[in-house]
Amino acid sequence: MISAIANPRLRRRKLVSAAFRVLCAATAFVVVGILFALIFDLMLDGLPWLDIQFLSSFPSRFPELAGIKSALFGSLWLIGLTALFAVPIGVLAAIYMEEYAPQNRLTRLIELNIANLAGVPSIVYGLLGLALFVRFFALERSILAGALTMSLLVLPVIIIAAWEAIRAVPTSLREAAYGLGATRWQVVQSHVLPMAMPGILTGIILSLSRAIGETAPLIVMGALTYVAFVPEGPMDEFTTLPIQIFNWTANPQEAFQDLAAAGILVLLGILLVTNSIALAIRYWSTK
Amino acid sequence: MSTPLLEAKDLTIAYGDQVAINHLTLPIPEKKITAIIGPSGCGKSTLLRSMNRMNDFIEGVKLEGAINYQGENIYAPHVDPVEVRLRIGMVFQKANPFPKSIFNNVAWGPNISGLSGDIGLRVETALKQAALWDEVQDRLEEQALNLSGGQQQRLCIARTLAMEPEVVLMDEPCSALDPVSTSRIEDLLYEMKKKYTIVIVTHNMQQAARVSDYTAFIEDGELVEYGETEQVFTNPLKKRTEDYVTGRFG
Repeated sequence: MISAIANPRLRRRKLVSAAFRVLCAATAFVVVGILFALIFDLMLDGLPWLDIQFLSSFPSRFPELAGIKSALFGSLWLIGLTALFAVPIGVLAAIYMEEYAPQNRLTRLIELNIANLAGVPSIVYGLLGLALFVRFFALERSILAGALTMSLLVLPVIIIAAWEAIRAVPTSLREAAYGLGATRWQVVQSHVLPMAMPGILTGIILSLSRAIGETAPLIVMGALTYVAFVPEGPMDEFTTLPIQIFNWTANPQEAFQDLAAAGILVLLGILLVTNSIALAIRYWSTK
Repeated sequence: MSTPLLEAKDLTIAYGDQVAINHLTLPIPEKKITAIIGPSGCGKSTLLRSMNRMNDFIEGVKLEGAINYQGENIYAPHVDPVEVRLRIGMVFQKANPFPKSIFNNVAWGPNISGLSGDIGLRVETALKQAALWDEVQDRLEEQALNLSGGQQQRLCIARTLAMEPEVVLMDEPCSALDPVSTSRIEDLLYEMKKKYTIVIVTHNMQQAARVSDYTAFIEDGELVEYGETEQVFTNPLKKRTEDYVTGRFG
């Protein structure tokens, strides 16, 4: 009779295999558990404050009157402009590096450096933004200066992700297209970009999610912490959700701590919406 | 013999310091099937890919000598490689259909090149020439990747034929296929040579003997023997060729 019990070596292998499975499952549950505990705690503090009044009011000294209208609009402006600058530049740069540039030591050096840039602390980009955009180009503390700074911050991530995605498109597919007398642009447009699109979108989601949560570079370059108006153009001064949240958490009154929790819930909501949109695009683009 | 349609003339190809093809001269006669045989790594794929400038995409390839097509060197500075590939098509070792519908796989090439005429008719003709029409005519909108391996390879042939090239280069087109699919493609080659000039690289000696009119035996990047297939296989001039075609090595 075939029996695992009769074969001690097989029994040990199966035990190890089962133990590994339990370990992996436990790790996954711990991670997800911590996330849910955090969100639950936030909801406990923040949900009572989360209403139309909160979303449509400007910040105030009085917690019951305070809201995040200006921060919400500031964040949307900032992320919109950042996407507008960083996405096309990043994707085009990646296409150039993989499809057009000669693959030699210089390209490898550039890739290494871009990867390093992705790891530079965000506050360094804040200082660069302050010196370059705020002072040198005299954009002052505008949304435009903030978005340009954020673009610099997320560009390396977008370029690397798009580059990897484009590189993963099989050579055989490119050869098939070139073999039919296609030009480089036709190959890129009809085959490389559609196949790389899911990977490129993942990079965009990750980088914009990071940008929407960044605080340090914006504070360094001088974004305001108290704004009682809605920005009307890219040259207006602004604040963003994470700055507003940071500001509230620094306030000793306990009601403001709860307001911060409500603000975080709004921020999470925006992240969820933008990621869902990107996932939907990703789904439809691969159909 | 009249001037060949395509000809490698004193061709040398090197990857960096590694010489893959060494001062090789080989004629490719019009509307015939020329088989290129030889052991692995002898340079036969490199030679084939040089004939429609597919080696351009490999970094560090150096080429000397000429590939003459209708008397004109396709490596001359004024020649556009895109133009070359429109006339000299290629079918690859592993079937590589686009992740599109069957119809769009065949229609893509003519569309991007702006070839005139009814595209539906062109696709149908190409699929018929590739002996695939009967199997797919009811499901042209289906995803090409769902076809079997043999059907995919015939689709790739159809895709190449839809461009109406003059020469079709085939790089071991049957090496990943079962015997039934292989024999279908061999029958197809026989039909194709009425209209096209075919160069086929193959590992399979029986296949070369079965389908080709001329055979070139290459070893270490050099042409060992070239002649009519029957002569090369039954009465080779060189001892090395005899050893190879009788299976003593390789």
